Amino acid sequence: MLALLACVLTLLIASALGSKPLIDTLMRLAIFGLYAVSLNILVGYTGLVSFGHAMFFGFGAYAFGLLMQTGVTSLPAAALASLALSAALALIVGALCIRLADIYFSFLTLAFQMLLHAVILSWVSLTGGDQGLQGGIPRPRFLGINLADPWQVFVVTTVVFFASLLAIRTILQSPFGYALRMVRDNAPRAAALGLPVQRYKLAAFVIAGLFGALAGILMALYVSGAYPNFAFWTLSGEGMFMIMLGGIGVFLGPVLGAAIFLLLNDTVTRFTEYNGMVMGVVLLVVVLGLRQGLLDVVMARLRPR
Amino acid sequence: MTAHLAIADLVKHFGGVVATDHVTLDFPPGSLTAVIGPNGAGKSTLFNLITGRIRPDGGQVLLDGADIAGLAETAIVARGIGRAFQIASLFPSFTVAESLAAAILAHRRQTHRMLTRFPLAAARGRADEVMHLVGLDAHADRLAQHLSHGDQKLLDIALALALDPGVLLLDEPTAGMGRDERWQIIETVHRLWSARRMTMIFIEHDMDIVFKIAQSVRVLKYGRVLAEGTPAEIRDNDEVIAAYLGARYAKAAP
Repeated sequence: MLALLACVLTLLIASALGSKPLIDTLMRLAIFGLYAVSLNILVGYTGLVSFGHAMFFGFGAYAFGLLMQTGVTSLPAAALASLALSAALALIVGALCIRLADIYFSFLTLAFQMLLHAVILSWVSLTGGDQGLQGGIPRPRFLGINLADPWQVFVVTTVVFFASLLAIRTILQSPFGYALRMVRDNAPRAAALGLPVQRYKLAAFVIAGLFGALAGILMALYVSGAYPNFAFWTLSGEGMFMIMLGGIGVFLGPVLGAAIFLLLNDTVTRFTEYNGMVMGVVLLVVVLGLRQGLLDVVMARLRPR
Repeated sequence: MTAHLAIADLVKHFGGVVATDHVTLDFPPGSLTAVIGPNGAGKSTLFNLITGRIRPDGGQVLLDGADIAGLAETAIVARGIGRAFQIASLFPSFTVAESLAAAILAHRRQTHRMLTRFPLAAARGRADEVMHLVGLDAHADRLAQHLSHGDQKLLDIALALALDPGVLLLDEPTAGMGRDERWQIIETVHRLWSARRMTMIFIEHDMDIVFKIAQSVRVLKYGRVLAEGTPAEIRDNDEVIAAYLGARYAKAAP
């Protein structure tokens, strides 16, 4: 209900104001917000710190773009096929990564992501190499929706964003979601109670990969292309940044983190090219000063002991 | 009477150390047994072998006559062997009620459900029951990490109890507690055992507790079974006195 309300409200406000920069900002917020929330399924709820989440963002974007460029599939079919391929990728990569603990898990995810990045760069005939996908992504009409129209892209993105958030929220509040929290809090104890821990880690990895890929597909639609930096480690790092900034323990924390990140990034780059330094300082202040994300702090204040 | 749980010729090496050295033990149905022995005797290792946390190098673990040695930990829990830990092993960010509901759902294989809301009504009912059994009702909505040490130990036992196990293994239920708290928890344990008549095995260092509630006692030393018998027999066993009890209990014996 709340999600539906928020979705309609966002669309109404945007349509009333109708300003192009606002719509652009909201688009990017929806895309990176979803991306950060999907990463937090792993980091915040399952206790798996993935350093390679951008792999799925990039893979989703490229798979979708390439499928559309073949011209044989409709847009929704291409999106669904890309999601299925991303889930398959997550299943394989996840099965290999979750066998390792802690930092080794993190680094193996990073390694797989850099592998994908290297493939994108070197397989020029398919991916266009460092130039990105060439020639744009065709968007034939489907079901009366014309995604060549930026406003309609915005509406679709907004709807997908809120629907995804609702889906993830539902999953995290279900018995399955609490099984993930058991794994995060105390995996050996969960196993001693009969929970097949590895299977739940893998399921979380696939679900996170799926929504990460969905964010990538939205990004490909938005920019009408796919670029190697979608699968670069900096994007994985930025996902972590958003989570830590906004709050790891609150469902909407990563969305707030994404908003702050995008605003900061836009404002700072207007004044200086050393935006990395400013972001670093902000992260240091939040991490060392608050020791948790912004929404974590707010929730801790609200919750009675 | 055939044993509910039997261990036959069980062996476990850690490198060159023999932690469990051809151990053979029987636990009859509904018995309450204490396992005692000096530090490093292999008591916790024995529990780890029974529950499948570590795999034995040889021998059998028989539950109702079926060999479960070498099975996965999750498969062994499913067969009804529950366990509480020496250091309370909890889910810190869960409330007491949530912890128990989650344990129940995990045991019932219902945690794959993604579209219903946690906790399911049925699990909540059972969680309330278990909370009442161990006397944690008043703390239902407190986070596990905010409980007192004694209540954390109780919650750990309650987690195992929530699975309704036929065999319950308690690794030092009174570890790290003050004297009064100790007797409180041991009374709860004894009450649970009398009410449910499950096969209960506990590791304990406090001999007053052992001699007060255990029906029978197994003594381990250097991974071997040094002695077994009733509390009275153990108290009078010269080997046990020399190896572990010391003179105090020998003289105190009537």
